[in-house]
Amino acid sequence: MSLDVKIYQKENSISLKKQLKACFKDVKGSLFLAKQLAKRDIKAQYRQSFLGIAWLFITPIVTSLVWILLSATGTVKLTDTGMPYPLYVFTGTLIWSIIVEAINTPMQVTNASKSIMSKINFPKEGLLLSGIYKMLFNSTVKILLLVVFLMIYRVGFHVSMLVFPFVLLGAVLFGTALGLLITPIGMLYSDINKIVALGLRFLMYATPVVYIIPKEGIMKTIMEFNPITPIVLTARDVLVGFEPQYLSYFLIVIGISVPLLIAGLLLYRFSIPIIVERISG
Amino acid sequence: MIETKEHIETNKEVLVKVEGLSKKFCKNLKRSLWYGLQELNPFKSHLNDHELRKDEFWAVKDVSFELRRGECLGLIGHNGAGKSTLLKMLNGLINPDEGKITIKGKVGALIELGAGFNPILTGRENIYNNAAVLGFTKAEINAKLEGIIDFAEIREFIDMPVQNYSSGMKVRLGFAIAAQLQPDVLIIDEVLAVGDMGFVLKCFKTIDAMLPNTAVIFVSHSMPMVSRICNQIMLMQDGLVKFYGNDTSSGIDLYYSRFAQTESNLLFSDNTIELKHVSLLKAEKNKDNIYQVNWMDDFNLLFRFKVLKPLKNPPIFQIVIFDKEQRPVAYLNFNDDNSKIELNSEIMEFVVCHKNIQLSKGVYTVDVVAKRDRTKGVYLRLNSVLTFQLLHDLDIFPPFILNSEYKLLDNE
Repeated sequence: MSLDVKIYQKENSISLKKQLKACFKDVKGSLFLAKQLAKRDIKAQYRQSFLGIAWLFITPIVTSLVWILLSATGTVKLTDTGMPYPLYVFTGTLIWSIIVEAINTPMQVTNASKSIMSKINFPKEGLLLSGIYKMLFNSTVKILLLVVFLMIYRVGFHVSMLVFPFVLLGAVLFGTALGLLITPIGMLYSDINKIVALGLRFLMYATPVVYIIPKEGIMKTIMEFNPITPIVLTARDVLVGFEPQYLSYFLIVIGISVPLLIAGLLLYRFSIPIIVERISG
Repeated sequence: MIETKEHIETNKEVLVKVEGLSKKFCKNLKRSLWYGLQELNPFKSHLNDHELRKDEFWAVKDVSFELRRGECLGLIGHNGAGKSTLLKMLNGLINPDEGKITIKGKVGALIELGAGFNPILTGRENIYNNAAVLGFTKAEINAKLEGIIDFAEIREFIDMPVQNYSSGMKVRLGFAIAAQLQPDVLIIDEVLAVGDMGFVLKCFKTIDAMLPNTAVIFVSHSMPMVSRICNQIMLMQDGLVKFYGNDTSSGIDLYYSRFAQTESNLLFSDNTIELKHVSLLKAEKNKDNIYQVNWMDDFNLLFRFKVLKPLKNPPIFQIVIFDKEQRPVAYLNFNDDNSKIELNSEIMEFVVCHKNIQLSKGVYTVDVVAKRDRTKGVYLRLNSVLTFQLLHDLDIFPPFILNSEYKLLDNE
């Protein structure tokens, strides 16, 4: 039996190909670990909670209710969305919450595992994967709620609905890639976390989550430029059976997300020892 | 027989090779984070890496060693000597700044047992998680689950949340899981201190069983443990290697020499008597002011006290010899009415004689307590009034070499 040889030293040049290969090997090797960690976190999260899984619904429902109330009472005048407003708000906030979760997850799982990372050497890709598993679990629960909503508003079945899971995967891919790229700096400086939280709060209003893109003006330009716009719109369009208006922009965003994700994975791999060294567990 | 021998010979490949390893740390957190941020740039040049930047110091500097299968390296040193940093590099948790580590085979690290235990989940659930982190597959865990529970001896509580476990129980469970690893290289960092005696012995039995097929790096502050299982020793101080070699006892002696107390400590006095002088008769002092005593020499301690308040009876003296680990190893029998201690003058002077001292090689200190009677009324309590070194060819760990004779069975 030949033994596996590990060499640790300061490398003068980094072989991208070698790193990429090692990275994919670790992703494959950490599938069980990821499942186990995701199971651990989900169980632990709901075991100490009375309402348990209901919390997954409560946040988007409350956000929607606020907007439904604002709109129904005439406090805020909104342009017609082309579909029942509660449906528009609800689909918007749900998809938005999934994207936000995807952006936050890499940093959150890494932060939660600081102490174990400084004690045990294990494939960190397993951590990221467990984060994605958790996200998919949460999203599945949210989608079930969405299905109930669609039935209440008598949106019939469309073939395009079958595309929805793929659009959602695209959303997760985009969010994770973005989250991964900021994680290394975010682990060193807590400012990043605050900036991201603040930024996302504003970004929501530059995305057609609770209202449509205005016909003209600077807001129209910003919202059409915002890369999250095509994701939210495409997801909503395929759900209710509209023609996706921003499909090509959506595909471009997803197309760019793939290399970004790979770059993010490599950067993450490279930065973990530096982070473990600089911050205590 | 021959086959086994050959097998052992071929097994002895070098598993760990460390060449000129160095690591720098930063004393200032803000600056440390800033340096970290710069290092996050994967294309940064490493030309100036061997220079210290502001606020940096070498936590580990220029460490080299080789470890073969079946060997055990004891890594000792004072707190902050760089041991844990070295282990973290060996375990691949942080990258070296200089030098190179080559490790062959599966690495198992007992750095903190039960790291990642979730307090809310049960012991059984945590076994699965912890084992998965350590790299076991699901099938392996299923196969080993019962063995782990039995080894940890916590079957009764295995379905209880880990937050209700005692720290000892957590360590048991953590070790039981890690013990299933069967690594080629095993790194142990002072983890067994928490368990009770029975469990510590059990752990050592497990490590002993692994030892012939494993290269072990063992960090501990417990010299008895180090001298028991290690056949190489490395003493670190301020990041540098102070001693490295096969002569474990010299390394341990050097480690202790840093703690050697040549200064006497007054712990308590009610100002009845005062120690004026203490010395060993017929013994030479070495350059460090330590008396040199040969094994089987007579041990004659001369004491001179000044009596500050009049005494009715001479005090009862308790004289205890401590070894370098501050373990009390011997008690010199106390004085009684037949002892020749005179109270006539202001100066109380006497010699305590012990014939043929049979302590083993090492450095010892003497503590003295003077009391009104055997159970109460302390006049004076002094630590380390005198330090002496016992000389003997034999280097053993037990505190005594009792003079013995081997002979035929006498029929009488």
